[in-house]
Amino acid sequence: MEINLEEAFQKRIDEEIKIEPRDWMPEKYRKTLLRQISQHAHSEIVGMLPEGNWITRAPNLRRKVALLAKVQDEAGHGLYLYSAAETLGMTRDEMLAELHSGKAKYSSIFNYPTLTWADMGAIGWLVDGAAIMNQVPLCRASYGPYARAMVRVCKEESFHQRQGYEIMLTLCQGTPEQKAMAQDALNRWWWPSMMMFGPNDDNSPNSAQSTKWKIKRFSNDELRQKFVDVSVPQAEILGITIPDADLKWNEARGHYDFGVINWDEFNQVVAGNGPCNKQRLKARVDAWENGAWVREAAVAYAEKREKRKQNTENTNAA
Amino acid sequence: MSNKEWPLWEVFIRAKQGLNHKHVGSLHAADVKMAIENARDVYTRRMEGVSIWVVESKNLHASEPSEQEEFFDPANDKIYRHPTFYILPEELNHM
Ligand SMILES: [Fe+2]
Ligand SMILES: [Fe+2]
Repeated sequence: MEINLEEAFQKRIDEEIKIEPRDWMPEKYRKTLLRQISQHAHSEIVGMLPEGNWITRAPNLRRKVALLAKVQDEAGHGLYLYSAAETLGMTRDEMLAELHSGKAKYSSIFNYPTLTWADMGAIGWLVDGAAIMNQVPLCRASYGPYARAMVRVCKEESFHQRQGYEIMLTLCQGTPEQKAMAQDALNRWWWPSMMMFGPNDDNSPNSAQSTKWKIKRFSNDELRQKFVDVSVPQAEILGITIPDADLKWNEARGHYDFGVINWDEFNQVVAGNGPCNKQRLKARVDAWENGAWVREAAVAYAEKREKRKQNTENTNAA
Repeated sequence: MSNKEWPLWEVFIRAKQGLNHKHVGSLHAADVKMAIENARDVYTRRMEGVSIWVVESKNLHASEPSEQEEFFDPANDKIYRHPTFYILPEELNHM
């Protein structure tokens, strides 16, 4: 019985028929998706923190409204994704509890600090750029609610990247100090952005199953290569240098070759030892705890109003 | 401290006058008013809608996916419900 169900399930996947919440699915498919989507949602939410740091210090009103809108979008992305994850049978509070206890992960990029205004440029350009590379194929993921959430997310991302690139462009056309600031931001954000695609393919044990289930459409290394190939000419337009001595065009491959990623650093950050892990998690836990009275008050208010409504109805009936 | 999670609401949006409301996702809110306001902020930041419906998820009832085949079976063999079932002369053009 179980075998037949699984075969039928795989057949649907192979035929590109989407899986919907109440359809039968293998437990491992459900768990894999739940982990991936909730982790993705957490990343959007935690991802607001590094940029939130600069909203009050944006250099002018135009930059400020743009950054504010971008950060608000990221909150929206988190909410679309939590809502998709909930269809797999885990409550929002359970997901948040896993984030707050440290059991659930989020993208390690957000554990780096935002030291200057140029970081807003570099994040929009590179971090959102890498996110777009990852996310566009997810619009075709086999699980309906996830794919639909990703379509919404992707529609909004291109503004994020363009506003970031515009910040970089303005800095690069400014004073030598401003250009140096842009270069410094590129230096600090380049490698963490490269790590956003995850471990090398030969080190990514779950990829094969995710590919078979059509959750994943391209391998980590394929996406990373794409990212390098589009980023190099973008850096050239800015007139700043990607911090990789091994970066060079490979005529035979038709791609840029690039240097080795420091996976020790990646593993350290994932393990909780990045520069801002503690600060980020604390900000989330504080927000949750300090907001408790608001959540409770809203429930109490809703209950009171409901009761009053019922009383009036009873009186009217009598 | 109460651990009560805010109820879940399904959100439907009419993109513009003349179109149906379409399901876009869900959200949590303490009451109807908050659900509609949150739906506006979460799902219509770029003028994606002119009207919002919210329905508490527990009030939504659906057909059974596992019975999909039997359930929709009555329509399967009734090809005479489609215009192409009827064979008419070509001169007739567009009917
Ligand atoms: Fe996002
Ligand atoms: Fe973004």
